[in-house]
Amino acid sequence: MSKRIADMLADRGTRKLLVPFFTVGYPTFKRSLDLVRAAVDEGADMVELGMPFSDPMADGPQIQFSSQVALKNDTTLKSVLKAVSDLRQTINVPLILMGYVNPIVAYSEKRFLADAANAGADGLIIPDLPVDEAKSFKSVADSHGLSTIFLVSPTSNKERVEQIDGLSTDFVYAVTVTGVTGSGRKFGRETDDYLKRLKQTLRQPYVAGFGVSSAESACRLTRYADGVVIGSKLIGLIREAKSSREAVSRVAGFLRTIRRAI
Amino acid sequence: MAGESKRMPDKKGRFGPYGGRYVPETVIYALDELERCYRQFKKDRRFRSELKGLLADFVGRPTPLYYAERLTAFLKGPEIYFKREDLNHTGAHKINNTVGQILLAQRMGKKRIIAETGAGQHGLATATVCARFGMSCIVYMGTEDMKRQKPNVEKMRLLGAKVVPVTSGSATLKDATSEALRDWVTNVRSTFYVLGSVVGPHPYPMIVRDFQTIIGRETRRQSLRLFKTPPDAIIACVGGGSNALGIFADFLKDDQVKLIGVEAAGYGLTSGQHAAPLAKGKPGVLHGAFSYLIYDDDGQVILPHSISAGLDYPGVGPEHSLLKDSGRVTYGTVTDAEALRAFEQVSRLEGIIPALETSHALAWLMKHKRKFKKNEKIVVCLSGRGDKDMPIVASAGMLDE
Repeated sequence: MSKRIADMLADRGTRKLLVPFFTVGYPTFKRSLDLVRAAVDEGADMVELGMPFSDPMADGPQIQFSSQVALKNDTTLKSVLKAVSDLRQTINVPLILMGYVNPIVAYSEKRFLADAANAGADGLIIPDLPVDEAKSFKSVADSHGLSTIFLVSPTSNKERVEQIDGLSTDFVYAVTVTGVTGSGRKFGRETDDYLKRLKQTLRQPYVAGFGVSSAESACRLTRYADGVVIGSKLIGLIREAKSSREAVSRVAGFLRTIRRAI
Repeated sequence: MAGESKRMPDKKGRFGPYGGRYVPETVIYALDELERCYRQFKKDRRFRSELKGLLADFVGRPTPLYYAERLTAFLKGPEIYFKREDLNHTGAHKINNTVGQILLAQRMGKKRIIAETGAGQHGLATATVCARFGMSCIVYMGTEDMKRQKPNVEKMRLLGAKVVPVTSGSATLKDATSEALRDWVTNVRSTFYVLGSVVGPHPYPMIVRDFQTIIGRETRRQSLRLFKTPPDAIIACVGGGSNALGIFADFLKDDQVKLIGVEAAGYGLTSGQHAAPLAKGKPGVLHGAFSYLIYDDDGQVILPHSISAGLDYPGVGPEHSLLKDSGRVTYGTVTDAEALRAFEQVSRLEGIIPALETSHALAWLMKHKRKFKKNEKIVVCLSGRGDKDMPIVASAGMLDE
């Protein structure tokens, strides 16, 4: 369990959590850190740092794109850990690493988790590591005080939701719709019912993500969810910007709107 | 249906340390549902008899075990036999599996079918059974493969399938598979994913192997009739590895039968441009399973290369990984150039145009004929026919006068 996450959750009161996602190394290493700092200035409660992978199965076009650019910029797990320790100089919000299994296998699970904890990371989200395969990962992460956050989906039955709740530390990540990141689908009654059901079943707080693209959708989700994760939308804003300054201001402006709305 | 390899995988979908289910939570329930239905129907008499009927009358089984007389004379080595999977409907072993999976899809009430394809043989076999059963079919195919396997793209479209071009990554089988998985994660409730090889998350490696095991069961029966014994060796090409496991599975317990899998060495194993994870890779995770994989020091998957679109894949089925480690199967490699040479020689000597994939198995045998005694009986799994490869061999200059 991460103290930073526990403290943040304890202090939040009735405030809904704003959790932006950035791919480390996109558009460049340095700029990705600038974006994180700007997001924290706008009131982000935690930040997810994407660790790029060549074959991101759970990601839609925007995060696929940012991952490819990041890899072209020679982003590795080592650079992700450097990003964490650089950010830790000035930032105190929890930093959650999000990425796929294979780079961690290549680095060595044990060494990576030890190095991540040393760098100042607080937790991990691995979309292609469901609870069934996570036994050793979880116990090593626990031993380093790193939180493991698992995903629940609209297709998870009650028994699995309870299992995921039990293995997640501090909070759970709810995938809003069946699909990949950045689906852009409208959330309807079905999503409301699902999020309401989660609220009743989960013992821990949860954040909702995948396809949160406007203040309206963020508001709708946070009627039940304890917070929202925003990723693809931010990558899209960065892609559209003509300069790095414009990228930072667009991202900051968007997060400000969400912060006010939720 | 599972035959003799029923013991594997274990309950968690593991072949020793390999296999498992490294997939997003959203599709876990669908994998559970698929496994439940498969275990139920494989024992169901009506399911089995329907499958048997389709394999006989729609696919054209049993396929012959054919004595390759002129190739044998030419090599002056062991006696060579071809297990003629090229004579199946649609021209490859792939349809053994798609017929089985479409019957499962039908019983599970799923009407929308998706598939990935490399060489187009699995896409074609899926489009074919979808036409036969009146289901809508979407095939993901890399744009690079669409170019080099154009005849199959046209056939799939004729059969009513929608072929979706995939441009990401290397625009080949790896990327088509990722895109099919993304579709499945999105449309999981309505959609059945017909996976084409012994790869992916559990239960796919088991299901595909079991549906392909008919190749080995027939080979055993035919060998006993022809030679009074099982063959001395069996050789098959390995991309994901479904034709190889299909013909090996029934012989795994016969220790005297040598089993040889042949991977694609592309431009050569030291060139860095190959598709030989068992020879040159390390265990890792791609497309839902832990298995041998080619990736760099940072864990990023290396773009594979093979002249054969069906072998152009950075991973391999998890059961092959175990069979490599246990030593029960010997794995070798063959380069693009060697495969092309075998393609031409076998065409001219036997009047059979083998697929470029299959040509890797043939080339290995031609290269290593001295490993075998003269009277030994060698079966090559002739996994598919090569007309689909005409654009590739033409651009390699083979057809110039």
